Amino acid sequence: MTITNDLIAQHGLTADEYQRIVEALGREPTLTELGAFSVMWSEHCSYKSSRVHLKTLPTTGKRVLQGPGENAGAVDIGDGLAAVFKIESHNHPSFIEPYQGAATGVGGIIRDIFTMGARPIALLNSLRFGSLDDPLVRRTMAGVVAGIAGYGNSIGIPTVGGEIGFDDSYTGNPLVNVFCLGIAQAGEIIKAVASGAGNPVYYVGAKTGRDGIHGATMASAEFDENSAEKRPAVQVGDPFMEKLLLEACLEVMRTDALVGIQDMGAAGLTSSSCEMGSRGDAGVEIDVSLVPQRESGMTPYEIMLSESQERMLLVAKQGREADVERIFEKWDLHAVRIGKVTTDGRLRVLNNGEIVADIPNKALTDDAPRYRRPVAEPSYLKTTQQLDLAALGPPPQSRDVFRRLLASPGIASKRWVYRQYDHMVRTNTLVLPGMGAGVVRIKGTTRALALSVDCNGRFVYLDPFLGAQHAVAEAARNVACAGALPIGATNCLNFGNPEKPEVMWQFVRAVEGMGAACRALDVPITGGNVSLYNETDGRAVLPTPVVGIVGLIEDAERVVRRLFRTGGDVVVLLGESRAELGGSEYLKVMHGQVCGVPPALDLAREAALQRLLVDSAAAGVLHSAHDCAEGGFAMALAECCFDSTVGVSVDIPAVDGADAGFADIAALFAESASRVLVSTSADGATDLLARASAAGVPAAQIGVVGGDRIRITVAGRPVLDEPLADAERIWSSSLERVFERARAVA
Amino acid sequence: MRARVFVTLKPSVFDPQGTTVAEALHTLGYPSIRDVRQGKYFELEIDAASAEEARRLAAEAADRLLANPVIESYRIEVEAAARPEMVR
Amino acid sequence: MKFAIVVFPGSNCDHDAHYAAEHVLGQQAELIWHKDTSLRGADAVVLPGGFAHGDYLRTGAIARFSPIMQEVRRFADAGGPVLGICNGFQVLLEAGLLPGAMLRNASLHFHCEHVHVKVEQTDTPFTLMCPSGRLLKIPVAHGEGNYYAEAEVLVRVEKNRQVVFRYVDSSGQRTAEANPNGSLNNIAGICNEGRNVVGLMPHPERACELALGSADGLVLFESVVKAVTEGAFAASR
Repeated sequence: MTITNDLIAQHGLTADEYQRIVEALGREPTLTELGAFSVMWSEHCSYKSSRVHLKTLPTTGKRVLQGPGENAGAVDIGDGLAAVFKIESHNHPSFIEPYQGAATGVGGIIRDIFTMGARPIALLNSLRFGSLDDPLVRRTMAGVVAGIAGYGNSIGIPTVGGEIGFDDSYTGNPLVNVFCLGIAQAGEIIKAVASGAGNPVYYVGAKTGRDGIHGATMASAEFDENSAEKRPAVQVGDPFMEKLLLEACLEVMRTDALVGIQDMGAAGLTSSSCEMGSRGDAGVEIDVSLVPQRESGMTPYEIMLSESQERMLLVAKQGREADVERIFEKWDLHAVRIGKVTTDGRLRVLNNGEIVADIPNKALTDDAPRYRRPVAEPSYLKTTQQLDLAALGPPPQSRDVFRRLLASPGIASKRWVYRQYDHMVRTNTLVLPGMGAGVVRIKGTTRALALSVDCNGRFVYLDPFLGAQHAVAEAARNVACAGALPIGATNCLNFGNPEKPEVMWQFVRAVEGMGAACRALDVPITGGNVSLYNETDGRAVLPTPVVGIVGLIEDAERVVRRLFRTGGDVVVLLGESRAELGGSEYLKVMHGQVCGVPPALDLAREAALQRLLVDSAAAGVLHSAHDCAEGGFAMALAECCFDSTVGVSVDIPAVDGADAGFADIAALFAESASRVLVSTSADGATDLLARASAAGVPAAQIGVVGGDRIRITVAGRPVLDEPLADAERIWSSSLERVFERARAVA
Repeated sequence: MRARVFVTLKPSVFDPQGTTVAEALHTLGYPSIRDVRQGKYFELEIDAASAEEARRLAAEAADRLLANPVIESYRIEVEAAARPEMVR
Repeated sequence: MKFAIVVFPGSNCDHDAHYAAEHVLGQQAELIWHKDTSLRGADAVVLPGGFAHGDYLRTGAIARFSPIMQEVRRFADAGGPVLGICNGFQVLLEAGLLPGAMLRNASLHFHCEHVHVKVEQTDTPFTLMCPSGRLLKIPVAHGEGNYYAEAEVLVRVEKNRQVVFRYVDSSGQRTAEANPNGSLNNIAGICNEGRNVVGLMPHPERACELALGSADGLVLFESVVKAVTEGAFAASR
């Protein structure tokens, strides 16, 4: 088969990359080999634009059992147990086919967790969509939510939390990032290695079809008018099959018959076999004619590149084949021997005994191209970072802003969404969705884990370095508010086209900021995902580096929630407020603007605040805790009241430096960092203020829980006085109205 | 032989999916499509000597498994079909 | 006493029921694989929630043919207490051990939330410790909980006092808003004519500890322990 320039380009390879392939092989590649390089050297699989930068992130720590490089990361949580977790994206498929794109994203991350020997116990997701005024966006969001629900509920893993954001830049490029947490025995984490010459290589799971071929390459390309034709490349998920696989694999792992196992995700059989071989410094030889197929006439190329879901590749110990096969048969699965481990470090693919591909594993994995792409500070920054409040017109009434922000999709209750997720299965969920960080207990111990995924894309757009720090800080703060010590992080870096220097600059600065924040907060990154080329017709998404953080609560009975509990409790504000409206929800909702600079962030202060929260929670001092994020102080205060049936009255100081006329707006809706609203008893407040003082955290008693209204005065002057029931109604019904009213038009 | 089994909800059973589809069609500009009932369609490839035997087997399959007699009814069409290439 | 919890391929809430029975209640509980043909001397059988066979074809439609179901039927016919929770209720309906069928939720969405149900019959092994008319706060989590029965069947079920649990609001009123799935007559759970087989859509095993939001479900398990130990509903072997 002649390899033409067109064929090379169709495979997403540059002329240079093709030359490197010829050098690695010592000859021209076969078509199957070209396909293998095409997927393994795609951005999605090789991280070629990002690897050199990701290496700067902190990945070690005293609790880290597994850092980046395996299917997921792992941290020690005591009692001989490990938390195994990661976040991954499935953005491009979710635009093309929202339900299946999201469903298979859930399936993929779950496999990454149980392939490590961990039983998955919780899911979260971080989603981004365009404006809900657009019927196509509504349909996309409804499809994505239904897909996540359909898959997660069926396989019986609770979706306990997450976040959803909206911005026009996501219209043609929704983001679907799914986080999964599992629990494993710390000493029994399974690696994805192939080793031991002669050991059998098994294929188990769904039959291979033609779905998703070149899915990895699709994920590495932008969308344009021809995107609709890419539809056949989207995979269809089968959560029932995955449930069987999960149970069977966990059962096999409890024997010692397994050498290594990996799921077949992006680039399917190709990636799983060469990656396992590469990690084990071994070779893998497989015969594709032995692979179970559900379509007729599949070529070796198609079999190697297929991304059919719910398939695992495993290496067993010689002599233990019967044990392995028996366990899979019990679950009505057929483990099929398709090859063996060799010592020559090569991926050798046969078809009925005839060699169709013979490639050094390392050429596909470690030796994949690595680029340090050019960066250039974007020209938009100088103008966009300007914020002239006066030029926006007369300041609106605080009351109007309050009501509009409560109703805005970014802030309004997401109950319409999470009600579709089974968030209680497995009876571990201590804190239900919509209450802050998701919290699950660890049965058999006194402990619990708090989980949060966060990123403010506007902040990152306005200042990637600072914005990425905010993402880390916010996720860690959410977890600390539950009373949990942040112990590990994962990230999903969603950006535009890295071949554009301005986008690459955003990426590099974000990674630098993220690294600095993780170091300051002592939270190592144990693994993650990069999703590039999130652009349509040249317009990139807001740079969105989502951070997922796991926190450890030593005593599950000390979990803290966002809700005010009792009338008479004292409200304390930890942290300092400033007139920082840059990048705020206020600016976006009231003026349609994303501009200014993100609020300042003092990482040392943030670390002190989080330690204070964890210590105070453990001592039982906190009745509730909730951080100030989108919409600022007023939104956070209202959220503390919703679902609680009690109102609140507070008095806060005026903020310094506010523009004339915007003093109240700034006090209520600025999004200054490192602020948490806490409620506690009168004695508790005394204790808390003393602790805060010792920790160097600004703290002030500002009011009291009670009544049926939300009352805010600024330096004694009434600024907001709303009936709680009204405010709650606006907040809780907003998304419901958008979707139910629009249902007939969907 | 190929048997086609059409399974539909009994008329007395409320069909929210069908209703939603009908409403959506109306909004798309098809007021003359008055009602929609949503059902299931099965294609059974049967090794049978005659159409009658295929129909009998299909009816048994429908009675025992494909349809729930409390809420669904079914009808069957049988045709002699060329066997498609068997998949491994 | 001993609980048998049947595990179908795709069952998810088997571990939750097991945890409630053993860990919270302190009784013996055993997971029984669907291909087994013995209930191993169990005093009560639980068909748990989940997605047996992926809910493919119809929920519970394939599970009802599992080998273990013959034993469950024998046990039920002999008067033994059987509890079908959510997917388990659906399996009992498909197997004909309870009358009626399940349709998709009227909203077409899966709903996971706490609801209130009123206990209307206290002469079943699973409700004998509830005061009559008691309200229980228990979670539901299902996409197909819309109970349906043909008109004559529904009349008979109501007349025979076979409606054990009914969706109500927090003050005990039977309203449309209190009904999470559109089921006829707000029916949340029913029993057979022998009153020993009970099926309900809500998940009592998720409401056995206050830390999870409600402990109102525990009384269903406590009731059957009492029923068995006092011999009120023992299966005649």
